[in-house]
Amino acid sequence: MPDHLRVLLAEDQALLRDGLVRILAADGIEVVESVVDQPGLDRVLRRDDVDVAVVDVRLPPTGTTEGLVSAIAARAERPGLPVLVLSQWVEALYARDLLADGQGAVGYLLKDRVADVDGFVAAVRQVASGGTVLDPEVVAALVQGATAGPLDRLSPREREVLALMAEGRSNAAIAARLVVTEKAVGKHTHSIFTKLDLPPAPDDNRRVLAVLALLQG
Amino acid sequence: MASPMRPVTAVAPWPVDEQRLVDRLAMTLVSAAGFALFVPAIVLFVLGVLLVPLGVLGVGFALAHVVVPLVEVVTRAHRGLGGLVLGETVPAGYLRTRGGFFGPPLGWLRDPHRWRDLGYLAYSATGGFVMSGVPVVLLVALPVHLILAVVLGGTAAVVLVLSGLLCLPLWWILTPPLVRARALVERSMLGYSVADLESRVERVEETRTDALDTTAAEIRRIERDLHDGAQARIAAVGMNVGLAEKLLTSDPAAAAELLREARETTLGALEDLRSVVRGIHPPALADRGLAGAIEALAVPIPLPVTVAVDVPTLPEPVESAAYFAVAECLTNTVKHSGASRAWVRGSHDGRRLRLVAGDDGRGGADPTASGLAGVARRLAAFDGTMTVDSPAGGPTVVTMEVPCPTT
Repeated sequence: MPDHLRVLLAEDQALLRDGLVRILAADGIEVVESVVDQPGLDRVLRRDDVDVAVVDVRLPPTGTTEGLVSAIAARAERPGLPVLVLSQWVEALYARDLLADGQGAVGYLLKDRVADVDGFVAAVRQVASGGTVLDPEVVAALVQGATAGPLDRLSPREREVLALMAEGRSNAAIAARLVVTEKAVGKHTHSIFTKLDLPPAPDDNRRVLAVLALLQG
Repeated sequence: MASPMRPVTAVAPWPVDEQRLVDRLAMTLVSAAGFALFVPAIVLFVLGVLLVPLGVLGVGFALAHVVVPLVEVVTRAHRGLGGLVLGETVPAGYLRTRGGFFGPPLGWLRDPHRWRDLGYLAYSATGGFVMSGVPVVLLVALPVHLILAVVLGGTAAVVLVLSGLLCLPLWWILTPPLVRARALVERSMLGYSVADLESRVERVEETRTDALDTTAAEIRRIERDLHDGAQARIAAVGMNVGLAEKLLTSDPAAAAELLREARETTLGALEDLRSVVRGIHPPALADRGLAGAIEALAVPIPLPVTVAVDVPTLPEPVESAAYFAVAECLTNTVKHSGASRAWVRGSHDGRRLRLVAGDDGRGGADPTASGLAGVARRLAAFDGTMTVDSPAGGPTVVTMEVPCPTT
């Protein structure tokens, strides 16, 4: 993963587009092309010289879910194409649609989160490198809603760890947040994978599947 | 109960048979009844007309309590006769009245059905009297002439017998159409039409659907206004402030610039919110009522607008619809008419709100254009109407009416 990221931007509102370009530029991330509607997005998502696409859910022409639809379609064609979706609302269904292919390299953040400039830039980098980043509010909604299913088997602590995992945090970051050792977090994640019946696989992929289990809870 | 007579549907003079003869005799009997009712009709009509001036003197109220129920009895008899002839019931549809001494007469005064009753009495005493009289006279002509012939004898007897015989075929031919015609008059004047009611129910259903559509469209508009306006601006403020925070030590000048921008964007967001709120329920309407709010609408218009609105406080949704309707008209005037002056008049007659917006511009306003069509839809939700009179060359006059009793 090169330090110099190349980003696609799909955002129809000039004010937000400018803000995003500035924030990314301040961290040395280059916006190679920005588009303002769905046809434009469909076109630029075919480029293979970019690292990640940052996409607003609502784009013209109808201003409903064009950005999301295009992102999902593009990922169907090119599995694992990194996409970070921005929205003004929490909508767990959107997140589920995005993650459904189990490929990772997706993010779903509220636009509010962009104000945390460093967090946002970190999320962009994480999605570009294949990680999964969900907005804490989306995660909270999912954890609260999850009452039945395999998530029942998790202890409260394990749920906490899973939620932080869904936000895209590394084991080290989770350890710092929960004030435990990284080793303890490792034990929890291993336990989560086992309880959710996730087959042995590279750790990154299992993390995505665990988050998916959260979404389907 | 079996009907004492067959409904009169065919009015042709043929075929000639016993059944048709019995039918015609029954019709003549009905005519005789209608004919006889002419006497109470003329008396009650005269009294009914006198009631209004007498009411002013006070006596009319007492008299009305006698006359109006009697009118009801007489017209009920006519409804029965008409219904008998047509083979259907002719229902009465009087408005309900309040109790007490003055309540009923005042209610009767306002009831169009009662006034039609009175009109019917006038008809019953004139045209109806003739229409019912003819079959009776033609039928009794023969026996009367025969008796006279016997009494008088000679040439006169021959003429009398011949003319009496001539009346019979006339009676045969004229009775069915006359009886049916009178029954139709009875139905149309004394009954209320089910078809009318049905079409009204249909219209109510349509406007209810329209109202729901309008509401849904309004909600979508508000949601979109918020998303594209205030919400986006506030998100942008967040980004600016976030970046400024990051640059505070490394590039204080850039951070200050970002903060200044953020402050300006905040003002923009507030303005957006204000305009959304104005779009939902205009503050001017809440503060000053419809008349004041329309005056406020006229202030920023770059041409002289004469506002003469004198209306009581109306239900909030009606005021809101009326306000937006006038706002749309004034917007059209400014945008399209090239007018040098405009005016808005508003009044309320106790039953309906009437607003007239006009300008001296070039005319040619299209009532199906989205703006005016939207106004019509909004008003239709309250059973209101909009008519646009805007010939090429002007002037343009938009008349809006909404039935709406005062609260």
